[in-house]
Amino acid sequence: MSKSNSPINDFMNGIWKQNPIFKQVLGTCPTLAVTVSVVNGVAMGLATTFVLLFSSLIISMIKSLIPNQVRIAAYIVVIATFVTIVDIVMKAQFPELSKALGPFIPLIVVNCIILGRAEAFASKNTVVRSGFDALGMGAGFTLALLVIGGIREILGSNKLFGFVVLPDTVEPMLIFILPAGAFLTLGILFGIANNYEQKQKDKIIQKAIAAERSAKLVTVPAAPQTETEEA
Amino acid sequence: MNNVTKMLVTLVVIGAISGGLLAKIFEWADPQIKANAQRETERAIFVVHPEGKKQEKVTGIPDELYKVMDVKGNLIGYAIQIKGNGFQGVIKMMMGVSPDLKKITGLTVLDQVETPGLGSEITKESFTDQFKKVDPTPAIVGKKGATETPNDILTITGATISSVAVVKIMNLGIEELRKLKKEGKI
Repeated sequence: MSKSNSPINDFMNGIWKQNPIFKQVLGTCPTLAVTVSVVNGVAMGLATTFVLLFSSLIISMIKSLIPNQVRIAAYIVVIATFVTIVDIVMKAQFPELSKALGPFIPLIVVNCIILGRAEAFASKNTVVRSGFDALGMGAGFTLALLVIGGIREILGSNKLFGFVVLPDTVEPMLIFILPAGAFLTLGILFGIANNYEQKQKDKIIQKAIAAERSAKLVTVPAAPQTETEEA
Repeated sequence: MNNVTKMLVTLVVIGAISGGLLAKIFEWADPQIKANAQRETERAIFVVHPEGKKQEKVTGIPDELYKVMDVKGNLIGYAIQIKGNGFQGVIKMMMGVSPDLKKITGLTVLDQVETPGLGSEITKESFTDQFKKVDPTPAIVGKKGATETPNDILTITGATISSVAVVKIMNLGIEELRKLKKEGKI
């Protein structure tokens, strides 16, 4: 958890520092399954954000009324209610989208991001903070799905948002819209994210070493060969 | 209030609120969901019978069967919803046939989960339009490479299982129609 507890911090936490996909590795099942196109990915992300926001708000509001022993059961009922609302509204208003996302909308009930945030955050923090945390987590999840869906749609069907972006001469790599492509994309993105994180950490360490050395240089000049070794 | 009663009361209250809320929302959405399904079916019926103007569901049989009429109300054929197993899941289609069941007027795929890029080609017109020229008596046959008899259609390269599944489902559908005709139900 972040040291500072301002709402902005709670929100930004979900975008990168605790991104549900890249950092917490939660909810990977819908991530792999629905990201054949950007539209599907974003729709799934927004549906999850809606459920996450409202269940976090409600759970945070009623947390003191729920006996500890039945808290999980109570959370699940709250979450399931909002998921069913999303499912019904989608079927009525966006039948095409509802068909494309199929069984994955009802499965938001068991998406670990939602129960995870309810248990780890909403049940311990104020309504306002829980709301911002939910929005941040939802935004982080949606962004991750957008990136994965974008990569898979471009490589797998030469399109982006349903518009053709690559010429016909480029043979679409079908594997990217098949399940195997989901694993490849997600794996490579994990690699990039971890590599970036590692470099950031290395930079901080390097800086600390450099600061220490310059402090030493002022008092005792260090031998040149040890310096090159350290660098 | 002891702990057990408190637990019960909490869950009952949460359940009741959630149930009530969902009932209200469903009441609002149900007519729209039904209208969407209806529109989808009607669209499919007129795709397989381009000259059709009116349709009427045949009642009293287990199948989803529609009579299709032209502007003057003359019967120009039937549209039947058929389904069966494909390569990865159920393929659901709407098939149009002439009144004497000797000719297929059209085919459109309603639902399928075949392999994208291979099996999913069954939804393309290049595949489904073949059936308009085929003779369904005694049965349609899926052939690789080249067609030989009027009963043959070309299967899709790399998607033989999906193509043959479509043919099999259609043959079963036609058989069902013949049976209904014999029994005098249509």
